[in-house]
Amino acid sequence: MSTDVSVIHTERKDQIHRKGEGDFDLSCNRDSLAGAVSQRACVFCGSRVVLYPIADALHLVHGPIGCAAYTWDIRGALSSGPELHRMSFSTDLQERDVIFGGEEKLHKALDELIDRHAPKAAFVYSTCIVGIIGDDIETVCASVAEKKGIPVVPVQSEGFKGNKRAGYHAACKAMFRLMGTGDTSGIPILGINILGDFNLAGEMWIIKDYFRRMGIETVACITGDGRVDDLRRAHGASLNVVQCSGATMDLADMMKKSFGVPHLRVSYFGVEDMAESLYSVAHFFQDKDPGIMDRTRALVKEELSRLYPVLQEFRKALTGKKAAIYVGGAFKAFSLVRAFRLLGMQVVLVGSQTGTDEDYRELYEITDEGTIIVDDSNPLELTSFLKEKDVDVFVGGVKERPIAYKLGVGFCDHNHERKEPLEGFIGMANFAREVHSSVKSPVWRFVPRRNGRV
Amino acid sequence: MLLRHTSKEIVNRKALTINPAKTCQPIGAMYAALGIHGCLPHSHGSQGCCAYHRSTLTRHYKEPVMAATSSFTEGASVFGGQANLVQAIDNIFTIYDPEVIAVHTTCLSETIGDDIPQIAGKAQADGKIPAGKYVIHANTPSYTGSHVTGFASMTRAMVDYFARSSGQRSDRINIIPGYVEPSDMEEIRRIAVEMGVRIILFPDTSNVLNRPQTGRYEMFPKGGVTVEELMSTGDSRTTLALGRLASGSAARALDTRCKVPCEILDLPIGLNATDAFVDALRKAAAVSVPDTITTERGRMLDIITDMHQYFYGKKVALTGDPDQLVSLSEFLVSIDMQPIHIVTGTPGKKFETRIREITGEVPHRVNIGAPGDMFLFHQWIKNDPVDLLMGNSYVKYIARDEDIPFVRFGFPITDRIGHSYFPTVGYRGGMRLLEKILDALLDRKDRDSPEESFELVM
Repeated sequence: MSTDVSVIHTERKDQIHRKGEGDFDLSCNRDSLAGAVSQRACVFCGSRVVLYPIADALHLVHGPIGCAAYTWDIRGALSSGPELHRMSFSTDLQERDVIFGGEEKLHKALDELIDRHAPKAAFVYSTCIVGIIGDDIETVCASVAEKKGIPVVPVQSEGFKGNKRAGYHAACKAMFRLMGTGDTSGIPILGINILGDFNLAGEMWIIKDYFRRMGIETVACITGDGRVDDLRRAHGASLNVVQCSGATMDLADMMKKSFGVPHLRVSYFGVEDMAESLYSVAHFFQDKDPGIMDRTRALVKEELSRLYPVLQEFRKALTGKKAAIYVGGAFKAFSLVRAFRLLGMQVVLVGSQTGTDEDYRELYEITDEGTIIVDDSNPLELTSFLKEKDVDVFVGGVKERPIAYKLGVGFCDHNHERKEPLEGFIGMANFAREVHSSVKSPVWRFVPRRNGRV
Repeated sequence: MLLRHTSKEIVNRKALTINPAKTCQPIGAMYAALGIHGCLPHSHGSQGCCAYHRSTLTRHYKEPVMAATSSFTEGASVFGGQANLVQAIDNIFTIYDPEVIAVHTTCLSETIGDDIPQIAGKAQADGKIPAGKYVIHANTPSYTGSHVTGFASMTRAMVDYFARSSGQRSDRINIIPGYVEPSDMEEIRRIAVEMGVRIILFPDTSNVLNRPQTGRYEMFPKGGVTVEELMSTGDSRTTLALGRLASGSAARALDTRCKVPCEILDLPIGLNATDAFVDALRKAAAVSVPDTITTERGRMLDIITDMHQYFYGKKVALTGDPDQLVSLSEFLVSIDMQPIHIVTGTPGKKFETRIREITGEVPHRVNIGAPGDMFLFHQWIKNDPVDLLMGNSYVKYIARDEDIPFVRFGFPITDRIGHSYFPTVGYRGGMRLLEKILDALLDRKDRDSPEESFELVM
């Protein structure tokens, strides 16, 4: 079956590439077409997902109720202590506030919340409407901070000012304001910050434990299971270990520039990438601690000896099956491509909402001939690709799941709604199990299109 | 969880909503628009609004939810969204080819003052709207009302844009089902069909948001009220509007525009409200109630009879939307339960008065929050505990922290299935609600009974 070309808008043709058909020059980082059923979100969304896991901070959404309601505890970012981040606080702006301004309301709300919950810091998110009516949240925040003696940080996350990536940047800027304000004494030489992990299903804890076994202390978790005081002294770490393409890279850059903290880009997903990440960090500290390489090798060996027998079983069952990937940031897709290969599976479609030119070139390098590479896709295109490639499992987020299921295609949530940790060596086993549970489900036998095939 | 940050002491809050018991207007407008056949809802605002609404509806229905967005940028926010919307209309008809585009506004486009009819007029003049296709709109700024009023506005837009009178009265009855589930809309239709009444039901999200697995994905599923049907609502004999807040405005507009008289009823949840609905339908269509419906009613009554001791005096805290809460409270009172904390995020004085009337005989102090939020709801529960909680999935935090039996009801339900397929309206829906309430109460009794009084027969 070939793709129904009528579903692809002329202006989107250069955002789709089939490897093997002509030179690779994918257009990306463009505003979505007006009228598109885009899977993308807004600036506020980007800021909110990055900052929300900081569990002992107050997160106040300054805007109408929707922005707070739709982001109320929808991401399973676990905390080992406080749970303040799981509540939804909003100034719930009304028409009157839109006309006369919402600054006074914001001030009152902050006063009350800080008095009651005694948070370590407050983040105040501005939304579309705040950008339009021109509330000076910077001044309000400064005045409350002075009165209450805690950092009150404005997050410039007006929805219309770009896409999710702009929101990541705003979140990084907000966090950066906390850095350099805490006491760094007692931080060991082998001290790192973990950036770009949100502790979904407890993943941060797995990664932190690997580093602990290597002899490395984590200074700040950014932001999964995050704490304000840790952020304030994060500049005292020797290294920033950064995962994910967009979310916290800007923060690492700012920290490098201002505090000279170097960074390494890593991925904790899949066996090769996970091991490679640990080795690169070990390598960084080799001069300071010559034994670290051996400890890391021992760790990887121990984990792999546990993991391989499990993976072999899944590999047997999954070899030759086809996978499609459509995720928020493209960086995650690199690891996914390799992970599927490890399971003997073939990736036939890969795309993202916010990938950069560099991201897509790398994807082009690591994928097989015939693979479709796509930027900022929509349900019609995705449906058409899934059918054309006769995919067995689709990896995506909340809006893609029901589309896959309606077509009778397996699904794995690699986004907010993951229920099992997918990072680390154990995560690879979980991932294999999840893919297996969906690909091999007997339910697909009942789907007309597949004629009893599973 | 929420418990440790929720204090028992209640202070009066003016500047702040904590754990909302509502959300914003546009999502209600989007949901209503999905109840038109072949309609693509369109969010005139930033991309995030549309993404959030689609995600939230998807979590609730476990269905693909399609909607487009004007994808506002900084430029559009300064110079107005006309260019975006005209281009969007053009792109949508070219690529997705819906019958109708239903535009709703957002806080952003409302505040910069975009005039949707003027923009749609421009698109029309520029030839961007193909013949026989339509662009309708509702104003749904997020800073007024709630998702319920957004639903009401889009439902009313269906009347404003489509209803016309040909001068010839038909024998059909319009039913506006209110902000209820696709399963409820299906059940309302079934009852009407069972009674031999020809109806136009709008909006109608059944077979849109509770589709079967067919191995195919259809952007525009077979469900939904058609444009043709919407046009002929102006010729119908009468309109029954279920739920004052969600359906009243559309019903009154039909009366004003096309002189179709209307009757505004409570949502048919529970025995009394369903009786009132069936009776209104009987009178409006001049039919008699068939035995099948009487039997259903008898069965529902039979359950209440058999189990009435278990309902006796049980205190309930419920949260949700006004139309639902009115009928639900009345239902609970009618089976001898005591709704004592009732919270909606949607403001409304009439609601409060109505709930006061309904709970007048309850021998306990009744707290009503309109608007209230779930933080206040939780505080009330802490101060005056209850035997049962009813509300959307967010109530499960309170249920867990306070260890109280919980029946899911309302929007959104993100952690259980059933609401898309099994109604809570009508007698059958009432039976389902009774079963759910009893299951929750009796499971708890089983869990907590000491061994010696653990009972087989209940």
